[in-house]
Amino acid sequence: MITIAIIVSLAGEAWVFISNVDLSSLWEIGWFPRRGMFDIRTIVVGTLLVAGIAMLVATPLGLGAAMYLSEYARPRVRRVLKPALEILAGIPSVVLGYFALTFITPEILKAIFGNAIAGFNMLAAGIGVGILTIPLVASIAEDSMRAVPLALREASYGLGASRMSTSVRVVFPAAISGIVAALIIGLSRAIGETMVVAIASGATGGSLFGLNVLEPGQTMTAAMASLAIGSDQVRGDDYAFQSLFFVGLLLFLVTLVLNVLSERFVRRVRQRY
Amino acid sequence: MVSTSVDVPAVVRQSLSGKGRDRTGTLFAWSLMLALLLSLLILTVLLWDVIADSLSVWTDRSFGDFVGRQLSANPDVAGIWQAFYGSLLLMVFVIVFAVPTGVASAIYLEEYAADNRVSRTINAAIRNLAGVPSIVYGILGLAIFVKLLGDVTGPGVEGRSLVSGGLTLAVLVLPIVIITTAEALRAVPNSIREGAFGVGATRFQAIRHHVLPVAAPGIFTGTILSIARAFGEAAPLLLVGGITTFFQSGADSTFLDVLQGRFSAMPVLVFSWARLPQEGFRALTAALIVVMLVVLLLINFTAIYLRNRYEKTV
Repeated sequence: MITIAIIVSLAGEAWVFISNVDLSSLWEIGWFPRRGMFDIRTIVVGTLLVAGIAMLVATPLGLGAAMYLSEYARPRVRRVLKPALEILAGIPSVVLGYFALTFITPEILKAIFGNAIAGFNMLAAGIGVGILTIPLVASIAEDSMRAVPLALREASYGLGASRMSTSVRVVFPAAISGIVAALIIGLSRAIGETMVVAIASGATGGSLFGLNVLEPGQTMTAAMASLAIGSDQVRGDDYAFQSLFFVGLLLFLVTLVLNVLSERFVRRVRQRY
Repeated sequence: MVSTSVDVPAVVRQSLSGKGRDRTGTLFAWSLMLALLLSLLILTVLLWDVIADSLSVWTDRSFGDFVGRQLSANPDVAGIWQAFYGSLLLMVFVIVFAVPTGVASAIYLEEYAADNRVSRTINAAIRNLAGVPSIVYGILGLAIFVKLLGDVTGPGVEGRSLVSGGLTLAVLVLPIVIITTAEALRAVPNSIREGAFGVGATRFQAIRHHVLPVAAPGIFTGTILSIARAFGEAAPLLLVGGITTFFQSGADSTFLDVLQGRFSAMPVLVFSWARLPQEGFRALTAALIVVMLVVLLLINFTAIYLRNRYEKTV
């Protein structure tokens, strides 16, 4: 078997990638923040805004769906609803980007905000990313709630607790590390999501620094995608090309930290039960 | 103390008289169900919206006309053939490169590797790789397949070739294939392995004849779903250079030319069409999405079919 060779080459590729990125970013840090064009603040704040909106959408819906599936739904209902939720997970992100641009913005947000909202805006992008994150959050959170031993629930019912207080005060705290992990993974996914933002929030060229989510904006991922759209400009050794790697490294590190964090929480839940 | 002595009788009286049933509890249950139903409602609205938008394409032009034509900047004659063909070839790349290596790596990690620090580190690394945003893989592909190996992958097009795109997707999918396969292998009860060893099978024989057949349904579903993931992925291809305008693919070009030439793919095309201002492209984008979803549905049905089939034979 050639498996070791593959793993080595995979690690090798990762090394090539990291050393490549490191060199360019070290070289970059000196000038990157000073130029208005390469203002990293803009895209970091944009990322936080979009990811924040996404989590506002995904947290209540995802956790609510998870708790319903795990604590309330009858087995037969669960068998139907869970695959349906998984279909939502399988929808490509470009499709959600199209949906955010052609449905969420004109049909829903225009009705709420009127003309204050731009055709391309970060709010729709955030909602789109949130929809994409719901099934992820729901399935991980549901797994961890189902991992809570039945004995705990029975004990709670035995003390006369209602189903609601059992769910909220017994199952939820017992599964909390899994739930936190679900939210962290969801956040990492929301930060890393590219296509929804690139389509729905107008990521061509640059973007002005702004906190207004009704206006177009850029996230780290969308900024990378928009650098690539003028794809023939990316090839040279000019600054834009280097900035691509710098943003990529930043993104990689952020999601890596989040993933490691969530792994830790999941391990804690595994050790307990 | 004071508050409970007042509250409890009230609650008891309420439930005894049968009037106020647990209102908050019911409300809570309903709001949880609402969260789930709302998610599913979004799914329905999304599908309905896309299908409704695409209707004009199916009525004004035939399905074959839309799928069969080449890319164009003119919405009246634009078709998706090159993107469709490109996506299929990219899938072939993923199947040829990522699936065998991924399954083999998983078998090694689960069945052969000792549980030591090295294998644990590799496992953790793979799990983390699966969580890396797809666009980072695009950068990886750009750095390695396009820039470093550009002379091999696509000499005429500065490395922005189908080969580069396919390999990038393969690398993207690899950790997912490894993880799902490893999970399927882990689900095989140890007694099966021990039984095989007990009748004198070598490790290879035990894996080949006993472990793999039992794990096959899980492996098939996992790999096929990861192929579906690769199919819908647009971000890395954007970076590696998938294009969406008409490009020449002569009839006399060899297969190698196609592989080393420029390429397009359906998700990338959705991205660029969705942003075009012309009215005609909105319906085209919706139609393209419908085609994509149909292909995805087919892939998923294949997964279910294979799982059922292999579960029966075992």
